[in-house]
Amino acid sequence: MTFVEIRNVSKSFSSSRSVRHVLKEVNLIVEEGEFVSVVGFTGSGKTTLLNIAAGLSQPDTGYVKINGKEVNGIHHDAAVVFQNYSLLPWFSALENVRLAVGAAFPKWERNRQLAQAEKYLEKVGLGHALHRRPSQLSGGMRQRVAIARAFAAEPSILFLDEPFNALDALTRSNLQQELARLCSEAAKPVTTIMITNNLDEALLLSDQIVPMTRGPAAKLGTPINVRLAKPRTESQLLHDPTAVRIRSEVVEFLSDFIHARPRESQWIPPTAQAAQAVEEQI
Amino acid sequence: MRTRITNIVLPATGVVCLGLIWTLLAANVKDLPSPLKTWQESKIYILQPLEKRGEMDQGILLLAYYSLLRVGKGFLLGALIGTPLGFLLGLSKTFSRMFDPVIQVLRPISPLAWLPLGLIVFQKSEPAALFTIALCSMWPTVINTMSGVKSIPQEYWNVAKVLRLSKFQTFTKVLAPATLPYMFTGYRLSLGIAWLVIVASEMLTGTPGVGGFLWQEYNSLIYAHILLCILTIGVVGFLLDRMMGYIEMRLRAI
Repeated sequence: MTFVEIRNVSKSFSSSRSVRHVLKEVNLIVEEGEFVSVVGFTGSGKTTLLNIAAGLSQPDTGYVKINGKEVNGIHHDAAVVFQNYSLLPWFSALENVRLAVGAAFPKWERNRQLAQAEKYLEKVGLGHALHRRPSQLSGGMRQRVAIARAFAAEPSILFLDEPFNALDALTRSNLQQELARLCSEAAKPVTTIMITNNLDEALLLSDQIVPMTRGPAAKLGTPINVRLAKPRTESQLLHDPTAVRIRSEVVEFLSDFIHARPRESQWIPPTAQAAQAVEEQI
Repeated sequence: MRTRITNIVLPATGVVCLGLIWTLLAANVKDLPSPLKTWQESKIYILQPLEKRGEMDQGILLLAYYSLLRVGKGFLLGALIGTPLGFLLGLSKTFSRMFDPVIQVLRPISPLAWLPLGLIVFQKSEPAALFTIALCSMWPTVINTMSGVKSIPQEYWNVAKVLRLSKFQTFTKVLAPATLPYMFTGYRLSLGIAWLVIVASEMLTGTPGVGGFLWQEYNSLIYAHILLCILTIGVVGFLLDRMMGYIEMRLRAI
């Protein structure tokens, strides 16, 4: 069943001098319970797409439907994990998560909300750090809190905006496994859209990979199904013929638009750097 | 050892230097009391700081207390008006465009200019003094609160949206805590200005307090007491700033 439908979405940002087309007629269909990754270069407009899908910003044309209803503001059953953690620094980890629980289950008593928050913080291995402020946590721990905050609301749709980008390689792969586990353990199916510049991460977690061309006027390529049993491991993906084939397919699609080395995800072509600067200004 | 030198000896040397300059000047300028003479003539006010002998003839702490009370009221009034105004200016572009020129024009007006207007409007010296203190001291609060609101990162607004916080919750959980350190920078500057204004307003209205006492002793030709008042004003102002600075630092540490 189609759960998320992104249809003909275009978005441009105009300054006093020029207009920058970020997205052009983007289409995407996501089935219920599916994990879809949009893979593209830094600065290609992925975050813009995710913000529109999540209802944080409005498209110029086209629409986004979640469960058949057009998105207007944040969907009541959605959670978002941002790249930069986005925890409120003046609250403890527990209170940061409880706020999300309170938003999702406003009728629950405060104690029940706290118990729910605690449960999810324990799930991500932070049972010992409930009362610490974000400034007292490492980058990996902060992102764990952010993930706990998202799952504690028991969302039916989850948006992940390069959730592991700011983390070191080891922490990154630990958290990827934990995310996969949380998704599989969830009480109801969680439809997930993840934005990433890391193809291996996409292969590890996704049911579908959608390559995105570099902006301006970014477009989505044809979705590629990842028919591999879950849970997957990184070493398995290195040699698995299906994974190797998908990897080369995505690389081929992306390099049609730019000569780049997508495997080395941190590498940003000079022009993309400029584009990123523009995006950051927006 | 070195920290003791820099923390105690150096500042003490500075004070001694000032004392020497003062003594030198007093020796050469007619009517300027020397530090010793100032002490001799003022010690009754310092040694009996809470003694009340008459309307103006009171211990220095008591006088400072009257002034502080007046400053406190005026500053509070200014903060009560200035803080919400700062939030409005920070949140609404329309509002900000509308009132920015007005604020820029009102801001540099001296307390000495406002006070007669206050006296005309209120007919009494006390409310006129409060009006002047509030009006002169609130601008740093307004401007710092405004820039605090404006500099809240987009990610916090996104969190508020994602958590579907109500307007009230967005204010209490995101807006207010994010702006608090800026507000306190504003409060510190405002309190400093309020303390500057108090002397002028007490001089012109003749109300009891450090400034009023200063003016009365000038008229009674007891110049040593003027210096006593000047020193008191300086010390109290310094302590006020330290106090607010400490609160501000604690808030920034979060």
